Formats: sequence, C-alpha cells, structure tokens
Amino acid sequence: MTIAPEEKKAPVAEGYVRLTIDGIEIDAPKGEILIRTCERLGIIVPRFCDHPLLEPAGACRQCLVEVEMGGRPMPKPQASCTMTVADGMVVKTQHTSAVADKAQQGVMELLLINHPLDCPICDKGGECPLQNQAMSSGRTDSRFVETKRTFPKPLPISSQVLLDRERCVLCQRCTRFSEEIAGDPFIDLLERGANQQIGTAADKPFQSYFSGNTIQICPVGALTSAAYRFRSRPFDLVSTPSVCEHCSSGCAQRTDSRRGSVMRKLAGNDPEVNEEWTCDKGRFAFRYLQSKGRITRPMIREANGELVETSWTEALRVAADGLLAARGHHGIGVLTGGRLTVEDAYSYAKFARIAARTNDIDFRARPQSAEELEFLAAHAVGTTPDTGVTFTAVEAAPAVLTVALDPEDEAGIVFLRLRKAVRKHGQRVFQLGQWTTEGTRKTEATLVRAVPGAEAAVLNELTAASGSPDSGELVGALSGPGSVILVGDRAAEVPGLYSAVTALATRTGAAVAWIPRRAGDRGALDAGAVPTLLPGGRPVSDAAVRAEVAKAWGVDQLPATPGRSTDEILGAVARGELSGLVVGGVDPDDLTDPALARTALREVGFLVSLEMHHSGVTELADVVLPVAPDAQRAGSYLNWEGRLREFGPSLDASGVLPDCRVLDTLAVEMDADLFTQTPAAAMGDLQRLGAHAHATPAGPTVPAGATPCPAEYGQAVLATWRQLIDDGSLSVDEPALAGTARPARIRVNPATADRLGLTEGAEASVATDRGAITLPVELNDLPDGVVWLPANSPGSAVRATLGAGHGSLVRVSAGAGAGLGAGHGGAA
Amino acid sequence: MFEFFKGFGVTFSTMFKKVVTEEYPEDFPPAAPRYHGRHQLNRHPDGLEKCVGCELCAWACPADAIYVEGGDNTEEQRFSPGERYGAIYQINYLRCIGCGLCIEACPTRSLTMTNFYEMADDNRQDLIYTKEQLLAPLLPGMEQPPHPMRLGRDEQDYYVQGPTLAARAAAGEPGTENDPVGEQVR
Repeated sequence: MTIAPEEKKAPVAEGYVRLTIDGIEIDAPKGEILIRTCERLGIIVPRFCDHPLLEPAGACRQCLVEVEMGGRPMPKPQASCTMTVADGMVVKTQHTSAVADKAQQGVMELLLINHPLDCPICDKGGECPLQNQAMSSGRTDSRFVETKRTFPKPLPISSQVLLDRERCVLCQRCTRFSEEIAGDPFIDLLERGANQQIGTAADKPFQSYFSGNTIQICPVGALTSAAYRFRSRPFDLVSTPSVCEHCSSGCAQRTDSRRGSVMRKLAGNDPEVNEEWTCDKGRFAFRYLQSKGRITRPMIREANGELVETSWTEALRVAADGLLAARGHHGIGVLTGGRLTVEDAYSYAKFARIAARTNDIDFRARPQSAEELEFLAAHAVGTTPDTGVTFTAVEAAPAVLTVALDPEDEAGIVFLRLRKAVRKHGQRVFQLGQWTTEGTRKTEATLVRAVPGAEAAVLNELTAASGSPDSGELVGALSGPGSVILVGDRAAEVPGLYSAVTALATRTGAAVAWIPRRAGDRGALDAGAVPTLLPGGRPVSDAAVRAEVAKAWGVDQLPATPGRSTDEILGAVARGELSGLVVGGVDPDDLTDPALARTALREVGFLVSLEMHHSGVTELADVVLPVAPDAQRAGSYLNWEGRLREFGPSLDASGVLPDCRVLDTLAVEMDADLFTQTPAAAMGDLQRLGAHAHATPAGPTVPAGATPCPAEYGQAVLATWRQLIDDGSLSVDEPALAGTARPARIRVNPATADRLGLTEGAEASVATDRGAITLPVELNDLPDGVVWLPANSPGSAVRATLGAGHGSLVRVSAGAGAGLGAGHGGAA
Repeated sequence: MFEFFKGFGVTFSTMFKKVVTEEYPEDFPPAAPRYHGRHQLNRHPDGLEKCVGCELCAWACPADAIYVEGGDNTEEQRFSPGERYGAIYQINYLRCIGCGLCIEACPTRSLTMTNFYEMADDNRQDLIYTKEQLLAPLLPGMEQPPHPMRLGRDEQDYYVQGPTLAARAAAGEPGTENDPVGEQVR
C-alpha cells in the first residue's frame, strides 16, 4: 500500500498571517481588514459603509460574518469591515454559515424598515447597492407593518447635491468623505436613535469643490445630483472611459451618454492619478457640448463684414488664400490656448514651422515671460512619471512647497493628495501665497506670506541660517530627501520667481514640478507649440536639431529665427509687423492686456480662428473653422506629471473634425503636408520624432523684481488667481454647478480695511483707469496694503475689467466706486 | 353514389347556420376584453398623470419599443403627484409585439392596454405614438395638467385612497385635502 506524502505547508511570510475563509486557507498581510481578504478570494460580503479609501466605520452592519478565534467561536457575528485578520482565524461568510446569512438578512430587514418604496422614481434605481443586496441577501418580505418614518424631501444641501433622508441607511460614507478626504465637514450626522439623520448646519452652507464624489459613493439614492435628476436609467447609458479636460491633473473619468448627449460624468478609478475622486468642475461642467454658442459649420466673413456659413472646401480655400497672402507680406503668427490635446498642439507646432514658416507660435494664452521658457526647458519639458515628480511622489514627500499655486483652486487632485499625505504621515506643506485660504487650512499648510510681486525676493531670502524660524524650518524640511516644490503657471507674472524657485531647488535638493492651470498646456510645451522649442524640447537655436527635425518632417529647412511670445506676437500685429494670425482656443480676456489683444485681433490683416464656441476671437475672425470637443474625438493630454492620458470619442463623432485634421487640410491647401489627418496619425508622427536626449539646461537666473509698493493713499497691490468654479468658458450653462462656487469677495486685512475705511460685508471697489470691480469685503490675513480678487468669477473679471493682474497697483475705496478716468494708478 | 348527396347536404345545412364572417370595417366588433391592444397612460381622478417616468416599462420591453424620459415636477408645473413625471413617453408600434410585459412592470398602474386594434398606417413616423396620443382622455371632473394636487397633500394620498378621495371631493365634502384617516392608513 502506498501512502500519499503529506503536503508540506509553506511557512507564513514575515508580516503575514494565515487564516481560513469559507474553508479556503489564505495568507493576508497583518492589519488587513477581513472584508478585503474575502474580496481577494472572490468572496463578496455585502456592505454599504465600507469603502477602500475611507477609514472603517462599521456603521451599517451589513457585512456580518461568523468568526472563530483559536478554536472558540465568537459569541455573535462580527462586522468584517472593521475586524482585522489574525493568525488561525476561521471565518465563515454567508456562503457557508447559516448564522451569518440570517444575521445579514436581519440587518437588511432593519435597514429597509424606514426605506421608502421609491425605487421607480429614484435616480439610483438600477445601479443601487441597496437594491442589489436586498435581492442577494435580504428576506423576500418584511414583517414591519407600522408607519415608516418620513422626512420632507428632497432637501437641497447645495445647488448641486440633493439629500433624501428617507432613503439614507446612515452608512456615513458622505460624512467620512467630507471630513477625511475633502476636509469640508459641512455634512454630518444629526440627532440620535431612530431620529438620526444626515444634515447640514443651518448657518453654514455645504460648500465643497468635491461634493459630487459624495453622490457617487452613496450606496443608496440618498444623495443625488440636481443636474442628473431624473435624466436617465443606467441601462439607457452608453459608458465610455474618458479623461477630464478641465485642468492639468488629467483625471480618469467615465462619460455616460444617452442618445448623443452626455448625461453625466463619473470619476474613474486610477490609483496613480485621481484615485477614485474628481472635482465638481470636472464632474459637472460638460453642458458646453450642447450650449447655444457651439459652432457647427465653417464661416467666412463677407465683404459687408458679416460672418456667413459656408462649405468646408470654400472656407479652407479662403483661409489658405488669405494665409498665403499674409505669409508673403509680413508673415503669420500662431496663438493657441489651453484646451489643445497633444496631437492638436503638435499639429499647430508643425503648421507654424512648415505651412506658416515661422517660429512665432505660443501656447501661453496668459501672462508669460522669457524666464518661464528657460525654466520650462530646464524643469518641465520631457519629464515623464519615470523621471519626474508624480502624484505618488507628492504624496510620499516629507515636505511640499507650493509657489504661485493654490492647490485647491487650481489643481484639486493635487490638493487631495496633499491632504491625504498630511493626514496619513504628517507631511509638511508650505504655501507661498498671500492669505490663509480654505485649502491652506485644510492641508495644515504653513503660509509664507509675500506681497504680490515680492515672492521671488521672499524665496531668495530663505536660507537655513537666515531670518525667521519659519524660514529655517522650511529650508530644513525641503532639504529632506523626496521633498517637492510645486510651481503654478502664475509664476510668470512675477519677474524672477522662476529663477528663485530654481535657486531654492538647487540649494535644498528638492524636486521641482510645474503645474499649469489648463489641461493642454503641458502637452503643448512638449509638442513644440513654443517659440523657442521644437517638439520634444529641441531648441530652435540649434542648427543640427533643426536639420534633424526638418529631415524627419521631409522639408528642406525649418525657420531659424527664434519665435516671439504671445505678447510679442500681438504687439507685432498691432505695429503691423505681422499680417496674419491663426488662433485656436484663446480667450482674449485671459491675455496680459485684453484691450491690446482685441485691438491686435481687429487690426490684423487676416485672422483664422479654430474654435468650438463663438468667442471674442471668432467675432473678429475672417474665417472660422469649427473643431470637435473632446467628447467627439480621440486624443490625449499630457498631465502635469508628463503622463499621457489617452481618451476615445464618447459621442458620435461624425460631422466634426479635430484641430489636427482641420490644420492638416488647411496646410495641404497651402501646399504643405503635416501628416496629422487623425489624432492617431499625429501621435505616430510625434512619436517617430522620438525623445530628445540632451543635457538639461540650467534654469533661469533673473533677479527678483522690485517689490511693488502703494505710493499714495487708497492704493493697494493686487493679488489674484482663479477659483476652481468660476466663469470659465467650459463652465457655461451649468447653473447648479455655478451655485456651488465660492462667492466672489474683495479680501484685505483688518489694518488695511481700517485705513481705507472698508467694513466687512459692505461693498468696496477696486479700480484702475480701465474700470472698477465692486464686491463685498471680507477680512483675511493678507499682508498690509494688499487686496485680493478672484480672477474670473461672476462680477470680478480682473483682466477684462481692470486690465491689471497679480502685482499691479490698484485703487481701493469703500462703496461702489467710479473707476473710469478717476485719478491715476492703473496697471503697473 | 350517395356521397354526392352527402356533400350537398353539408352545403345545404350550412345555409341555415349563423355566419362567422365579420363585416369589418362597416361593422366594428370589439375585441376580447383582455385583448392586448393599444396602450393607454391612465390618470388620477383629478386628471394628474399616473406615470412617474420610471422607465420600468422600457426596461421590461423585449422589443425595445418604449422610450421614456423622466422630468422634475415643480410647484408651478405639476403633471403627477410626487417628485417625478414622464416628460417624454413614446411607444413605437412598429416594434411593439403586444406581449404586455410593460403593463406588468408598471409600478403605478399608469400603463394599461386597451382593446383598440386599428393601428395600421402608411408611414413609419406616425406609428411612433407620443405621450399626447397615449394619455387617457379627460373624464368629467378631471382637469388638464399641469395643476396642483387636488386630492391630497402628497402622492401617498393618491396611491392609497385616490378614488375614495375623488368621490368625496366630488360630493363636496369638506376636509378632503387633509384627513386624519389617510394619515393612519399610511
């Protein structure tokens, strides 16, 4: 007789424990919660409150399982979402234990006692964990015959989020998200016992940039979206993975559409980038796709000055004729904005070099500087997640300094990572700014206060030895391995700031990452939509590099003169030194001087506009060529990490063309071949060009500019940036979203308010020679003599109204002041 | 040879039987009471629509013949009791197979079938019936929506005791809008 040899059990690895679940032996890392171990085995225990990114709560009790420890069964079933694994544990889920199954059915019956029969009218119906789990682990009937508890419904807790307390099962996912992840604890449990409910404080509105996530993680229909209310059912929707087009974080998303229009967007799950979250702007701002301002047909300007619709062939012929004439006269400039995908930006870059035969192309549709280009060439071009700073690196960093960047307003997902790191491992966050914003508070950041314009000087003075204790601490913290400096693109408004960042990084050894505001900026930089750089960061000034690119593009030579920046191009147009412009995705009101920009656009000999919506550019253009929005095209963005974020079309894409296709055809009319007919072709062409191996240039060394100083009574230095939810051109037609914007306020410190006679809550006005902005005053901890305005919020379009920007001198007075022509001051 | 007479016998005897031929279209015999004919969207006794736009009928439909979009009732524009109503409702009779699964799925008894069967046409467009065509006609005492809830304070009143309340409202009894009995039933 043969005896089968006894199987030798592998020893349990260090840091692991061995337990048995439903008769299956498994090793789990110490500290893992039971429900997660079950998941890895493919055993799904029903649950409501458990969420992998939130801390365990054990609130709903739906995940009860039978647990045996050391041979002794626990007296009652245990919640598997709060119990950690232990060696020798024997777990029986509902699949093998009648006790666990009965316990789960009992909990479900209890949860359903006060749950209304709303399924037919509830937005969650069809994708509702409560519905599904009531089927899988609930009783077929209820023994409850008494009156159900009722509440008035729905209760709008903001203009975007509606609360139905009858449906709530008190799992606390929303309150835990608000408290742990977003840091806006305006929603919380109220009352006790049977009256326990979710609610908001009467005097504090639920105001959060991330409120949409609570809707997505609500396991019942208690939190619903006002914009998506009663719009469709899950089985109507066609879901496609997509990428957010609103900022440079590049969140993964899911776009749900019905009958050719987008119904909603949900956060996708990308642990490397946005985890499972996305900001409200990315989630809710998509109605621009159907807005009345969409351009669907090509248009040309007739002799009488009117724009009339025409055919593509006619429009392209007129555009090509006009551009050829302009090229033969003084030349053409190309201006692009932040909405471009990598493929589009590459097409514009190639179009400028081959068809327009110039290096006069710039993607920076905002204040810009030559120093910035040097900085970008040194720190941003060509970085990838493998070589540069990533979200993960930001989270792991012991210390982070943000410069010219308010993470919550300008890069929401970066803010969430910072907050997570602060909570998880006590990361030190320093913020070079003007006042303690909500985001500063929520990341427990140390504010390094600077008068607008003096940021560079403040950074230069930071040394380990010098000055205030804060300064020594900052430099010390940044010297730690893995520390990061995050720079926003507003730094271009302060002369010397990029240089100061470079110097500080050299002094401390911290890594530097550039976080532009808009989705396309990083891609445009790498694709060569820059006056001094060809694709891949190849310097225009290098003849060998030019020859290499010319050979790859199949042309004899590329223009050798380094190009001009956006401001210089517009200046040249105004002086009559350029006779044609190709403009894509630029809003004149974003530019350094909107008035000058409009003059230039009006005066230019021939203006071609590639645009989705009617804008300040299309109303002056000679030819308007409609282009496809992201939802109707394929493409990719480079997010600030340099990570390629590819997306496909979500809606039917027939009849609309992406920028790269339009430019390709336009170039053919001008007798040049771009080979960018489709995004795939453009990307292939760009990738064939390959990366540019070169020594990283040293960063810029521009001395810090003079600190602006109010010269007379009533003057102040203007600080300004954009709030996340504002009058951005892609946020149109979203009343529910606009309702959650932070109110626009003039902010000064109490001493300045006293001196200028301003009172909190009362109106005051900020004025230059161009105009005035009148808003209520709010007191904050700004430096003395500094006034802050949101850059593009309702009633506060700073550049358009004042012609001023960050660091300009403005006049501040109480009441609704007269701006025009009263006194002097003006834009500095 | 008697087979010959047998055959004529059948013919002759049939001459005295009642004919089964129906004189359609001159004569218009009704279909069986439970015939699966054209759909109808029913109304509450005060004229408000029973449809809540839940799309369960569209979900149940094996032929994908039903298209529904929900809408949000407001105090100014109320089409049904409760929060939600069917803003768009279409049945495509080119696709409908008359199976009646939609009727079974309807949670409010809004959708039922009539025994009307004359639904032939000479073009496809007209065979997509819209909400206006499908809604039941207004009976005496009904009012064309949008209008406020006449029979109670919320949708529970309508579902639990709509006809009773309607009868009482018709009889002019006071307190129909707010009665304690309804509270208890709930």
